[in-house]
Amino acid sequence: MNSHPRAGYREQPHTADWALEVWASDLDGLLQQAARGMYALMQARLTGEPREVYRFEINAPDREIVLVTFLSELLYFTQRDDVGFDQFDLAWAGQQLTATVEGAPIESIAKEIKAVTYHNLAVRETERGLEATIVFDV
Amino acid sequence: MIGLNSLKQISDYEWEIPREVRGDMRVPVRLFATRELLEAAFDDKSIEQAINAATLPGLVGNVIVMPDMHQGYGFPIGGVAATRFPDGVISPGAIGYDINCGVRLLGSSIDYAAITDQLDDLASALNEHCPSGVGSKGALRLSESELNHVCESGSKWALKKGYATEQDLRRTEEGGCLDGADPDKVSDRAKERGRTQLGTLGAGNHFIEVDVVDKVFAEDAAQAMGLREGCLVVQIHCGSRGFGHQICTDYVQELQGAVKRYKITLPDRELVCAPLNSPEGQAYLAAMRCAANFAFANRQILAHAARQAFEAVLAGKTPNWYLHQIYDITHNMGKIETHVVAGERIKVCVHRKGATRAFGPGSPELPDEYQTIGQPVLVPGSMGTASWVLAGTAASMERSFGSSCHGAGRVMSRHQAKREVRGETLRRELEAEGIHVRAGSLPGLAEEAPQAYKNVDAVVETVAGAGIARLVARLKPVAVIKG
Repeated sequence: MNSHPRAGYREQPHTADWALEVWASDLDGLLQQAARGMYALMQARLTGEPREVYRFEINAPDREIVLVTFLSELLYFTQRDDVGFDQFDLAWAGQQLTATVEGAPIESIAKEIKAVTYHNLAVRETERGLEATIVFDV
Repeated sequence: MIGLNSLKQISDYEWEIPREVRGDMRVPVRLFATRELLEAAFDDKSIEQAINAATLPGLVGNVIVMPDMHQGYGFPIGGVAATRFPDGVISPGAIGYDINCGVRLLGSSIDYAAITDQLDDLASALNEHCPSGVGSKGALRLSESELNHVCESGSKWALKKGYATEQDLRRTEEGGCLDGADPDKVSDRAKERGRTQLGTLGAGNHFIEVDVVDKVFAEDAAQAMGLREGCLVVQIHCGSRGFGHQICTDYVQELQGAVKRYKITLPDRELVCAPLNSPEGQAYLAAMRCAANFAFANRQILAHAARQAFEAVLAGKTPNWYLHQIYDITHNMGKIETHVVAGERIKVCVHRKGATRAFGPGSPELPDEYQTIGQPVLVPGSMGTASWVLAGTAASMERSFGSSCHGAGRVMSRHQAKREVRGETLRRELEAEGIHVRAGSLPGLAEEAPQAYKNVDAVVETVAGAGIARLVARLKPVAVIKG
């Protein structure tokens, strides 16, 4: 998977579900890596065209809630509209996330994610910036 | 660090984690496991998650863990926890995203030996009649008002629409309909997802399987259920699809704030909860019951489709191709039940996540024909291995809130399974054993390979040894349909 030293994601072992470790220098980057990792786990393949843009805002009292809500929002659009996302313009300020996400219709998905969980979720500050491990129910 | 030496052995099949092991535990944990299964459980976070579950406010008795335990998220798979009604809590994470995921077993008098030539056609017909796979949509497109009827009536809705018989409902846990469901407590998003998914199997570990009754262990119970050695049966394993997933997602989110309002401290945010008698707890309960009823109706429609598939292939080729309902159970649910705790009959909310209700003989919730034998408990094995039919006992009522195991239980991650098993090779191996396979995805098939699971025989030996269920029959797979 993505091995960029400043930001990335990596699957972690989990007996029944999926765990994804993500890291980035700031929260916007962390959200972006988490979204890319989630679609990589699903093995989502997008058609090239037409490109589709979605805009939404999330109010959240902490970083864990914004992370779960952001991914759940994407998952909902994916399941409702058969669309996947690969470009993210995100801004987190004053407990509000403003998101513009761009993607395309899904050609295929190998695995369905039922939900994004809060299991042991903590956005931690480390030498790499911010890190978190997200468990998905599959 | 908790190890085997922190546990108290009660018997060859039962262990206790005393309250003193961790300061925030409110009750002990009782694990039903052999030493071997227990040692294996320390390889993942099952035990830690069971201890976390024991911190929920309002718990009574013990947190129970079944031998098919494995790591989940928040609450262990194979866990049972009962909270005092009405001031104990209800926790959506202790029920799971696939609300009322469960198993239905249909029996027949079709002699396997007489129809082996038709099995491949039967597998194809089941695959065609029962929509499956990632994001699968069914033939039904429900209006909002029709979906609300499904939420409120479950299998009763299916009966009215001609998808069910009276016997189907009588032989379904709760008669296929939980009272107290309120569609107004369900989000528009969940309804949007639910409208197209009724009558679909989905993907993951969900399946339809044709089995042959390999061996009967309890003639009285087998006879009451209509199980005869050498005859075909059908298992349907699925739940409430995107409708239930969205409801759980909505309420896990909603209750993040509730725990602060009710000053509840938890070791894991996925265990968020609210008192049963709070507005938040009541709202979740009413929404969860909608998902439960949706899932009962879903399995009912799939059973109807399976009957159509059997008729399409076997009509005129075998004397009686009808599939009768043996039972339908749920293994992810929160229910208000009455149990004896410390010698007193009290009302509790039993959370079962990856655990099956296993009520003993004489329980008023059971239909007349099962009064003397106890509730059928359906334990699907991993693909290609045996499945089991058990029956609930008086001991399960006394020691596990009327609960038993739900399956084999994973031991290998999906990632590892895909690395070690090739889907195409597995399909060939299964076919060589005489098991006809229809799979939407070969990597998906590999994830569910038998080696990714515990030995189901060891799991049922444990619950039988502990006395919380008795063996009725062993089933052997002959056709598998997976999304």
